[in-house]
Amino acid sequence: MISLKDIKKSYVLPKVTVEVLKGIDMEVAEKELIAIMGPSGSGKSTLLHIIGCLERPTSGTYILHDLDVSLKTDNELAEIRNREIGFVFQSFNLLPRFPAWKNVELPLLYSGVLAKERKQRAMEMLRKLGLSHRADHYSNELSGGEQQRVAIARALINNPAIILADEPTGNLDSRSGREIVDIFKGLNKEGVTIVLVTHEKDIAEQAARIITIKDGVCQSGYY
Amino acid sequence: MDIIEIIKASKDSLMSNKVRSFLTMLGVIIGVAAVILLVSIGEGARTYIHRELGNLGTNILVVVPGKTSAKGGFHPPEASTVRKLIYDDARLIKRRAKHVDDAAPVMFGSAKVKYLNQSRDNSIVGSTETYFSIRNLKVDSGRFITESEVDAKRKVCILGRTVKRDLFGDKNALGALVSIGDSKYRVVGVMEKKGVTLGIDFDDIVFITTTAAQELFDTDRLFNITIKVKSANELHEATEEIKQILIKRHAGKEDFTVMSQDEMLGVMNKILNIMTAVLAGIAAISLVVGGIGIMNIMLVSVRERTREIGIRKALGAKNSDILLQFLVESMTLSIIGGAGGILFAGTVSFIIPYFIEFLPTQLELWSIVLAFLFSAAVGIFFGVYPARKASLYDPITALRYE
Repeated sequence: MISLKDIKKSYVLPKVTVEVLKGIDMEVAEKELIAIMGPSGSGKSTLLHIIGCLERPTSGTYILHDLDVSLKTDNELAEIRNREIGFVFQSFNLLPRFPAWKNVELPLLYSGVLAKERKQRAMEMLRKLGLSHRADHYSNELSGGEQQRVAIARALINNPAIILADEPTGNLDSRSGREIVDIFKGLNKEGVTIVLVTHEKDIAEQAARIITIKDGVCQSGYY
Repeated sequence: MDIIEIIKASKDSLMSNKVRSFLTMLGVIIGVAAVILLVSIGEGARTYIHRELGNLGTNILVVVPGKTSAKGGFHPPEASTVRKLIYDDARLIKRRAKHVDDAAPVMFGSAKVKYLNQSRDNSIVGSTETYFSIRNLKVDSGRFITESEVDAKRKVCILGRTVKRDLFGDKNALGALVSIGDSKYRVVGVMEKKGVTLGIDFDDIVFITTTAAQELFDTDRLFNITIKVKSANELHEATEEIKQILIKRHAGKEDFTVMSQDEMLGVMNKILNIMTAVLAGIAAISLVVGGIGIMNIMLVSVRERTREIGIRKALGAKNSDILLQFLVESMTLSIIGGAGGILFAGTVSFIIPYFIEFLPTQLELWSIVLAFLFSAAVGIFFGVYPARKASLYDPITALRYE
């Protein structure tokens, strides 16, 4: 369902042009759980952003659900992010001014769901992740593991086909990290495609397949 | 996106920075209040002048000797050729002019007024029996001059309130003899309290007959001829008639000026309009400054919430969603500020007359609507730039912003 062909991405800085991705070819099948590994600065986050339609590649084709993403307008990309993709970040990225359930319902706001249904669905999703008792708490009142679970609830709220997680365990202790990985594995069993960026070997080994990025190209094996 | 949700979100974000939001609104509050208040003071002054002139009678023309420009300002003096206005001029106008109801020859001067051992230097107005009705004056006790008294040059007088009180205290003045200049005059009436109208204290005047005043001041030169025209729409015709009659008598020269109270009113209106516009304009500038304050604080707010913008975009917010969110926030600031300004101006303009007597105020609906719409427009205008800036943030850069 995700098909990348010769994806290149370079950033034009005032003095130099930095080529981060130098031609990535990659396929992700439906209901797959894959891990992307690589040293920091290897371009794995950039690759994830491209898959998540947050960035456009400089060249190459990206086919998502048989559709060429490069032909989409910015508004269409926003819609894809809203409906097809759920993001989980290393630093959780919850809005500190809102309680947990308000954070969870945010994607529904942008897909035009009414307030009553939004809240109901957000509460349901929090319950599924064992956070019912934390619905009214703000992010500074939650532990790291709880914050990441709220973020996962937010990623799942619109029933996306794909979850993209960028170092989701990076800011967590190993026990909370394992919990999060278990959640992803459970979700994958339910049929959600998951792409996981990590540089922790034991996390990556939980995935069915590992892709390693080094110096902007795909390599097999660990780095 | 859900507009109610946007408004709620903007409320939340404004409430999370209460002092900052209030100070930003204060700029708009002051601007809107200034516009409304200054217009209300201008309108109040206009109403005041209208009322004062109405108090001095309506449909009135005043003929004064010497040619002056109707728009104010005197022509170079040609004293030798200016013929004085005399009693007969007034009588002729009254008899000949069809549009004229009445014409009173008025003399004006000052003389020593004395009763027993009390005396004061006083303004003296000499006039005929119709002057009171023309000028809307009333007696409190006694009566005004009669026609026969004018014809017979009888020495009778009517005292203004202040004059009466100074000379007689609480005693009855009617029938008493006061000396004005060298002669004795009998008091036949005391004026009703009139107060100061356009700078003239009508309570501080002694009225006598024109004929007696001619003798007192030893001249037949009139101060003016005060004319009442039959109706408001005959003012122009009456003016022409009076001119014709007087030019004929004055050897073909127009060496007098017919002034209309409405003309004076018109000139004053013009001045007041300009004043009001200038003041409201200055106030509007402060409203623009308030708008710049909004823009400033919105730019700070956008910068502070860069990460939030990135998160929202990652979750599927379109550029237009972000634009709307910040635009609603700046509009909320300016609209609440505008409402606050209206409330403030309303209260102040209600209170002012209690503290400053000579400053009447009159709230004008149009100025309220205008100031409010202007403040809302300011909120949109100065909100667009920060909101657009926010909406164009690159999601990745915004997410990485610390």
